Amino acid sequence: MLTLTLVGAMLLACAVGAVSIPPLDIVKMTLNRLPLFDFQPTWQLTDETIIFQIRLIRVVAGVLIGAALATAGVLFQGLLRNPMADPYIIGTSAGAALGATLAMMVPLGLAFAGFGLVPVGAFCGALLTVLLVYNLARVGGKTPVVSMLLAGFVVSAMLASVMSFLIIVSDILQLKLHSVFSFIMGSISVQEWSQIAVIAPLILGGIVVARFFAFHLNAFALGEEGAAYLGISVEREKILILALGSLLTACAVSLSGLIGFVGLVVPHAVRLALGPDHRLLLPASALAGAAFLVIADTLARTLLAPTEIPVGIFTALIGAPFFIFLLRRSRREYAF
Amino acid sequence: MHSRSSGLSMRKVSFAYFNGFALQAINLMIAPGEIVGLLGPNGCGKTTLLKLASGVLSPAEGEVLLDEVKLKKLSRRQVAQRIAVVPQSYHLPFAFKVTEVVLLGRTPFVSGLSGETKKDRDVTADALQLVGIDGLGKRHFNDLSGGEQQKVILAMALAQEPEVLLLDEPTAHLDINHQVEILELVRSLNRNHGVTVIAAMHDLNLASLFFDRLILLKEGTIFADGSPREVLTERNIKDVFLASVRVSPHPVTSAPHIVVLPKETQGS
Repeated sequence: MLTLTLVGAMLLACAVGAVSIPPLDIVKMTLNRLPLFDFQPTWQLTDETIIFQIRLIRVVAGVLIGAALATAGVLFQGLLRNPMADPYIIGTSAGAALGATLAMMVPLGLAFAGFGLVPVGAFCGALLTVLLVYNLARVGGKTPVVSMLLAGFVVSAMLASVMSFLIIVSDILQLKLHSVFSFIMGSISVQEWSQIAVIAPLILGGIVVARFFAFHLNAFALGEEGAAYLGISVEREKILILALGSLLTACAVSLSGLIGFVGLVVPHAVRLALGPDHRLLLPASALAGAAFLVIADTLARTLLAPTEIPVGIFTALIGAPFFIFLLRRSRREYAF
Repeated sequence: MHSRSSGLSMRKVSFAYFNGFALQAINLMIAPGEIVGLLGPNGCGKTTLLKLASGVLSPAEGEVLLDEVKLKKLSRRQVAQRIAVVPQSYHLPFAFKVTEVVLLGRTPFVSGLSGETKKDRDVTADALQLVGIDGLGKRHFNDLSGGEQQKVILAMALAQEPEVLLLDEPTAHLDINHQVEILELVRSLNRNHGVTVIAAMHDLNLASLFFDRLILLKEGTIFADGSPREVLTERNIKDVFLASVRVSPHPVTSAPHIVVLPKETQGS
């Protein structure tokens, strides 16, 4: 069901835009790229260029980002036993934002594999911040969840004020205020397939690896001591799950900036629909997150066309009411 | 359930928390198939002793042995394949179903790659049946009463097919009917399946009725160790709990039965 929704959303997203292209043609074009098929083109060559060079890149990026954020959300909520947890909770967002702003201040046009300095800055900023937070929260060979949440909060606040300070004092950033804002609100800014080629294996690999932690994430619901009674080496496993979730988040923000709400709401929505068992929750959330983000991004780029709205605005705008609806419908079954 | 049993012993075990509270030089031998109650006032070290026995805490000095093998030589997973722990309660942040919770008992046997097998599901079903809650399987854990939740936690521990079962005040929050039910279950596991049982207990009368051997702790040391009749004396209870009691034979079983004496009656 979810897979069908995702494919449908992807098709629709490719079809709509400044030039609308019939979904059937898109299917044929895509199949034509495989050796088995050979449909007569009933479309113009420019349509094919629009699909493959512009829209499909963006849709595939949306799929990857949505799946990565939703999976990271499940990992963090399950590990931290905290329904308010999202992929950004231990400082990844603030770190990525600062990294990206710093990169914007560099007046050089460096790029490799289609990546400019900004995505690289965001990626490194996110991972370095998690590393810092984890080490700050470490006491006596253990990293209690509460200290990690507190350290994440404090470090985020500090990095955010550094970023605000930079924006105020730097002339370069003043000129790029729009880019800074788009990054913070989150908008998909992938222009080349080479970027997808670098990030896709990381995200897809991360999602597959996450599934191996499913059984143990269920055990973490009993708390860390309960998990230890069931034979889990808690501290070691915590590092692995945190690293995996942070890597997925860093990949996502390097493609799109800070898209909020996907990583918080999608896991909850899937949990309400299918239950909290991580063996099902993880793959289902990845699919649902992908479909959700593709839909939101399509709305973001078509609703006020030619003006493009940051997709992060839409994820919250659609996500919040949908979530409230779900919560009210099944409040009794849900343990808050 | 299988019926292999293991013994547990401690040699000169000491442990101290940061705040100074400590267990001192505990020597203890618990034979395979014994059923032992740990007694003592709040903060005497019952819970710490159980945590050392389950290996989630390591002693500062001395060693804990499971069938002559040092516990610290075993991995967490190997320990969990042989020792199961039942705490006072669990709080789950999400709405897990009862079968899903009991299946968690198979965690030390399940590999992340292949997931659970038919055997894991069979053992889970057996555990539910043994505890008498097979009817609750589809219910949400968080919707159950405290007594039912405790049975689910016990079933989860049984799904580990443990040789040693450690319980930390398993009946602390329960009404009298559920207290007796849980203890009956634990004792029948011990009698019929040979599971070694060590349980911290608060209620002296229940401990007297359900355990063959009692260990009385005072300020981190073993104060008395023996049968209920040897341990539960008026003098021991006065020395350890600072409470004035009368001990008389239980009207039916003749096990020691304790009644407290209010202050105004103590002159007589």
